[in-house]
Amino acid sequence: MARSLKKGPFVEWKLLDKIDRINDSGTKKPIKTWSRRSTITPDFVGHTFNVHNGKTFIPVFVTENMVGHKLGEFSPTRIFKKHGSHTAKVTK
Amino acid sequence: MPRLLGVDIPGDKRIEASLPYIYGLGPSNSKKILEQANIDPNIRAKDLSPEQLNAIIVAINANKIPIEGDLRREVQGNLKRLQAINCYRGIRHRRGLPVRGQRTGTNARTRKGPRKTVGVQRNKDAKAGKV
Repeated sequence: MARSLKKGPFVEWKLLDKIDRINDSGTKKPIKTWSRRSTITPDFVGHTFNVHNGKTFIPVFVTENMVGHKLGEFSPTRIFKKHGSHTAKVTK
Repeated sequence: MPRLLGVDIPGDKRIEASLPYIYGLGPSNSKKILEQANIDPNIRAKDLSPEQLNAIIVAINANKIPIEGDLRREVQGNLKRLQAINCYRGIRHRRGLPVRGQRTGTNARTRKGPRKTVGVQRNKDAKAGKV
């Protein structure tokens, strides 16, 4: 079931704080986050997020048409493995 | 074989049953349109007068139902968007795997297509099975 519109999209408040701080300082540093569950809102656009995938941080540059998705959708947690790639070392 | 909206040629079935031959119209849309166009759903498609065909087109446009080329383009656009932003759903579409979290260890044949047997590939010269 979809989330109630009354509440608006869910974004971790810590993440919003971080964005505010980056905006104030004016620098474009990637924002490190574990919050894969946060919805991307329009104020995320133009920032780079290092989104945790359980092991490493995947850099995600947010563009306009990513709005409405969650950060976790851009940081895959599984490595796609194919048959026949045993010879060449499996590259991530 | 009357022509509706360019290319579509529904057969000599009841009009209610032949409208769903148009891409984007299903049974329920078909019923709704015929009701609005004031046409008996039981008459055969070939017996429709040009005025009635026109009434159907007007009803479709009035309901803003996307059909045929427009709908196909819309769907393609959605897929393109998902793949361009590199999100999980886009990746699954690219790989031709189920998008909505279904299991892939077994089943998932609709997305994956016919079974392909893959042999062990020891080196590049060894001929594997059907890949």
